[in-house]
Amino acid sequence: MDGFLWFIRISALITIVVGITGSIQNLMAGEGLSAVQWRDLVISSTTTGLMYGLIALGYSMVYGVLGFINFAHGEVFMAGSMVGFIAATLLFENGFWDANPFASVLFVLVISMITSTTVAVLVERIAYKRLRNSPRLIPLITSIGVSFFLQYAFAGLFGVASQSYPPAPGALSEDVIIFGVPVQGTRVLVFVVAMVSMVGLWYFVTRTKSGRAMRAVAEDKEIAGLMGIDVDRTIVVTFAVGGAMAGVAGLLWALLFRVVDFQTGFLPGLKAFTAAVLGGIGNLPGAMLGGVLLGLFEGVGPLLVLDGLGIPAVSQLKDAVAFAALFLVLIFRPSGLLGERVGSEDRA
Amino acid sequence: MSNFAFNRRVGLIAGIAMSFTAGIGMIENFNKRVLIDPFLLMGYVVLLGIPIMVGVLAARGEPNPLEEPVRDSRAGAIAGLIAGLFAGLLTSAFVLVVDSFEMTEFFPNMRPAMVDITTFGFGVPIGLLVLTLASGMAGALGGFIFGRSESVRRGIAQASVWVLGFALFEGVVNDVLEIDPLLDVIYALNGGLQPWSAMAIGALAWWVSGRFRGRSRALVEKVQSADRWSGIRWGAYAFAGIALLFPLFVLGGIVNELLINVMFFVLLGLGLNIVVGYAGLLDLGYVAFFAVGAYGTAVLTSPLSGVINPELTWWVALPIVLALAAIAGLLVGTPVLRMRGDYLAIVTLGFGEIVRILLLSDWLTPIFGGAQGVRQIPGIPFFGTEISGIDPQFFIYFTMFFVALAGYISYRAERSRVGRSWAAMREDEDVAEATGISTIQAKLLAFVTGAIVASFAGSLFAAKVGVIFTNSFDVLVSIIILVVVIVGGMGSIPGVALGAFVLIGILGGPKSQGLLAEFAQYKLLIYGALLVFMMLKRPEGLLPSVRRSRELHLDELEQDAWLEKGGEFGADESAEAKT
Repeated sequence: MDGFLWFIRISALITIVVGITGSIQNLMAGEGLSAVQWRDLVISSTTTGLMYGLIALGYSMVYGVLGFINFAHGEVFMAGSMVGFIAATLLFENGFWDANPFASVLFVLVISMITSTTVAVLVERIAYKRLRNSPRLIPLITSIGVSFFLQYAFAGLFGVASQSYPPAPGALSEDVIIFGVPVQGTRVLVFVVAMVSMVGLWYFVTRTKSGRAMRAVAEDKEIAGLMGIDVDRTIVVTFAVGGAMAGVAGLLWALLFRVVDFQTGFLPGLKAFTAAVLGGIGNLPGAMLGGVLLGLFEGVGPLLVLDGLGIPAVSQLKDAVAFAALFLVLIFRPSGLLGERVGSEDRA
Repeated sequence: MSNFAFNRRVGLIAGIAMSFTAGIGMIENFNKRVLIDPFLLMGYVVLLGIPIMVGVLAARGEPNPLEEPVRDSRAGAIAGLIAGLFAGLLTSAFVLVVDSFEMTEFFPNMRPAMVDITTFGFGVPIGLLVLTLASGMAGALGGFIFGRSESVRRGIAQASVWVLGFALFEGVVNDVLEIDPLLDVIYALNGGLQPWSAMAIGALAWWVSGRFRGRSRALVEKVQSADRWSGIRWGAYAFAGIALLFPLFVLGGIVNELLINVMFFVLLGLGLNIVVGYAGLLDLGYVAFFAVGAYGTAVLTSPLSGVINPELTWWVALPIVLALAAIAGLLVGTPVLRMRGDYLAIVTLGFGEIVRILLLSDWLTPIFGGAQGVRQIPGIPFFGTEISGIDPQFFIYFTMFFVALAGYISYRAERSRVGRSWAAMREDEDVAEATGISTIQAKLLAFVTGAIVASFAGSLFAAKVGVIFTNSFDVLVSIIILVVVIVGGMGSIPGVALGAFVLIGILGGPKSQGLLAEFAQYKLLIYGALLVFMMLKRPEGLLPSVRRSRELHLDELEQDAWLEKGGEFGADESAEAKT
């Protein structure tokens, strides 16, 4: 078995090295993208990655506390952006959207955060709460069911057609010059909001009582309960905070890509999980780092590696590259970049 | 007692459910179908079926495992009435909101037509009252029935199941009976049962339920306790076999197609059952192996496939394809199976997506045809004839043979050394490892076996349809196979077959319609809800495997043992030793 694993590892490495050399040769020959295009690609991949990171936080927190993958987290994100869509459209039709861009973005942000939080907490109360002590497969399958139920409930309520968000308000759609590099306003917003949320989350987890309770529950549920921590409440708080982060990502996603539908949550959710594993699941800075790395990997990877292998139309393979990243992580460093050792109980 | 609060709570939950079904357009769509001419429409059955069920719940009171619920039809009817009224009030409030605001911009189904239907055509102020009262009456009815004696309840349940069955499966009954005068008596001209034929069917079902009460169970017990080789047992098997084959002779073409679909899902379900049910590994990319089988066969056999074009016959292509699937299974399984179980779910899901993306990509289009798919896949040569989708009857027999084979192999595998190590691993991996089981090998074996079964199904699928596209290999397929296994019963072979028949046959598969075409639009919603419901209420499935269900209810069994011992503290250790 080990020999086979090494075989896979080495072939993966060889493929990557050959790909990169090929791409570098292409670059030397003056083919492919120009330097400015590469720079823009890196910027846009990073912002996409930041959103993966925000979603990944929810996966990571729930995983840390309950030890299972909340498959429905992608749908929590989708719920935020779908309901945010109503608010944004109403504001847009009133003319408020363009008149007070920041106030309206803030308003929609609050709406989508509230929605996502509500959905996350409701799902926990209705579905997961009763499964605390069941075999580990059970909550996982439940969360898959919840995920599909939510997707098609939203499809039923909102219709299956894609909804387009109103265009980003004036000030945001213009380019901002940062260090001499023009960056699209929405991307700056994504960066700023992601950073603020991250700092807020860090403060919450390390400095507040609920955050400490959360870490204690993640460490050991039973003992935390014995120490007087309300475990149930802490779990709800975990879902709520994870949901809020997904709501933030939901709005940012919608502002950036402007199209949302009931399946919006599926792929980003999957990729965010990949990001969480990449950074080391259960580790919050790791989730953010994993998100950014995954964004870069799927943005730059196809051009850097696959192009060099002589594969045509590499941008089609973006999603495949993102999932291949998950494979690579599991082959080379299953505990993730910032994750701790994989203990015996984690291996189950 | 806090009965009122409980009734109010279940009533409000029912109200949410009613508003939701109305809000997603379910009531409106279902109402296009007449069940009993002219008054009973399918949408209303759903809308008012919810308060009826809630009436039963309200009459039963808060679930208490230590006490039998009190059956009193008057108190039950009152409890049901309260719950039903609350449900109706909430729904009316929802309908009022929909009526007062223009929301179709965001919620396309919340439109005047919906208001019209939910108010039974009476319009807003009066119709809301009608809705509330109807819901209250439905709740009272549910509570009332709950309070009646067992024979009455059984009679009503049987009667409504049969009437609904005859009404819902009108098309099938039409196909089977084919005696026009009789059909004209049963069904109205524009669809739906005639009122008095509905009454006749109901009365007959009631009478039969009273007449044969308990006898069917006695028969089942007799068969089960019979000797392995005794006549009665073989008689039962023969009867079951004939009952299974019977539809093939009488049913028309549409149902044949449906049966083939069901067979595919039985086969896929049996394969996934080895992975999920026996080894306890969650494989969400199962469709990828199905795709490997289908595309492998297509490329190897079709004269129109791209660069690789050997034009083999199906029988030669099959072993190559199975080997490919096994290799794919090894490649995916080896790195992941040593990780925690839940990683496998996501990695396999990712793998499924990778396969789909690759099949669609420009890069591999020369081989797999991209969005064009692979065309002209020949059928299966078989003693001079060719088995393909053109002759569905023959194809069903052919598939059925392999389904039976897969069932037999699963049955033997579960009872073999490997099967026992899977069971041990499922229950406690560390202990299993300590007793000398190589868990990674056991997992890998299950995973690869599942992959081979799926690719086999894919190979059959390619030969049947003759042309394959990537959209037959969506993630949804994996999820639906999973639902089939879960609903039927993890680890239970008859359960998987039942799950496939019920879900794929009635509600429909990923791309195909089931017998109830009305559900096509909502089946995925229902599948999701079913998955959650089964996990919460009956994780062992409809036809559980004895062993699996014991594992899933370990806590309760321990509790029972503890209670039996008199419920003393300190007695639980000895009880544990006993189980």
